[in-house]
Amino acid sequence: MNGIHDMGGMHGMGPVVPDPDEAPFHEPWEGRAWGLLRAMGPFRTGRRRNFRYEHEILPPVDYLRMRYYERFIHVLVGRLLEDGIITQTELDSGQPDAGSPRETPRLTPAMVAEQLARRGSMRRDDVQVPAGFQVGQRVRARNIHPVGHTRLPRYVRGREGAIVRDHGVFNLQDTDADGYSLGENPQHVYTVRFAARELWGDQAARQDAVFADLWEDYLERP
Amino acid sequence: MLPGGEAELTRGNISGVSGLTEARFISRSETLFVLNATSRWVYAGRLRIAEHGGERVADSSKGRVNRRKFLGSAAASAATLVTHPQVIRAQEAPAADHDHQVVPSDPALRVKALESLLVEKGMVDPAALDAVVDTYETKIGPRNGARIVARAWVDPAYRQRLLTDGTAAIAEFGYGGSQGEHMVVLENSPRVHNLVVCTLCSCYPWPVLGLPPTWYKSAPYRSRAVIDPRGVLREFGLELPGEVEVRVWDSTAELRYLVLPERPAGTENLGEDELAALVTRDSMVGVAKVAPPAAGGQA
Repeated sequence: MNGIHDMGGMHGMGPVVPDPDEAPFHEPWEGRAWGLLRAMGPFRTGRRRNFRYEHEILPPVDYLRMRYYERFIHVLVGRLLEDGIITQTELDSGQPDAGSPRETPRLTPAMVAEQLARRGSMRRDDVQVPAGFQVGQRVRARNIHPVGHTRLPRYVRGREGAIVRDHGVFNLQDTDADGYSLGENPQHVYTVRFAARELWGDQAARQDAVFADLWEDYLERP
Repeated sequence: MLPGGEAELTRGNISGVSGLTEARFISRSETLFVLNATSRWVYAGRLRIAEHGGERVADSSKGRVNRRKFLGSAAASAATLVTHPQVIRAQEAPAADHDHQVVPSDPALRVKALESLLVEKGMVDPAALDAVVDTYETKIGPRNGARIVARAWVDPAYRQRLLTDGTAAIAEFGYGGSQGEHMVVLENSPRVHNLVVCTLCSCYPWPVLGLPPTWYKSAPYRSRAVIDPRGVLREFGLELPGEVEVRVWDSTAELRYLVLPERPAGTENLGEDELAALVTRDSMVGVAKVAPPAAGGQA
């Protein structure tokens, strides 16, 4: 979707504020939020909506206002309610509903290292999909505007570049307008080099470039 | 003016929350948390707060809170509002307060309430959360990446493996897993400077750099790294000569990027561990160079 999250090339967001010594979590609640997200993941059932898309559909004013882990917690609570893992009454009261079954934690301290070491790869080394483009070939990012989750940023759409690397076959991550996957749709992912001037005009330095990793469906022959 | 009436808040019960001792109003019109008798912060609905007749008044807009009860006997008291204005970080409710702008904004309280509920339901083991936090605070972080960089500086064969197949070379150190499945390493040189961003989100190579810093996830960095990388680098204190080629890598798919910074001058006699100590997180994202040891190792 053409949402606030698709920020590449925007102005007006202010200066970057570097912090060379920043801790992973500024305040304890950030670490707890991160942990809760991981601990509750195994309780999900049924079809899963795309996690990133659930952030992307936040009202822009909230997306910009909320802190990073605050967005996570917002999405987590929405999911827990939607999946019936908690009820609104429980959220309001802070107590389990009378008669609700007592569960067993599905993330134990001993499992944490193993969970983080697990590969969550979307690469499909198990399928043979022919590559539509070769390294060195000129391509154009398609001028399309999907309404669901997509990994084709607006600032490259309609722009020409060159394939610099073929990373093999990955499942497409795009979703429908409700955030559900459009299917595995395995296809090649390429790194495409766009000259900075192709994207931004003469204000950019002649030799500079931006590289984006794009699924084959995002590309066409110029 | 407030929809649905206005009332002063008084000590009492809210929707079955007894023994109320304190209430906190969170940001603009949105959330009320109350501290109940068991010292648990619980979410008690959305609020609208406004000046009325010289006093601050509040109204729960949350349907599930019994509004009549709430208005009649509810939380805290006007005294709290008057004597502890710092607990009320509230602004006027906007005229068009959309229902979908539902996000309470004292996340600390919200997270605490949620954790306590999920522990009560038997779904969360607090010790597992401790383990997650500990992992990211002490085990996974930029020191991992610094070891990779230092090895590449002293071992040309390793450097070559790293640039050819980043994932495999990084796995030689035992680093891999979530958000490091497909690693690409980019080598900086006097002629080429690489910079990594994720314009759409916050993608970052966790196994070698840990969780991303706030600036990396921020709108200013995500918006401008692609259109004005030299300006962004200047904000990090790095002025690149005009002839240098700047390459910005937007992590839009499943690849994750690590920058191999230039080895600083004057480090010929340093060992691998000493070199690793010079390597900063920022240099491995490409927003800084590694400073020589004379400058204290700070980029």
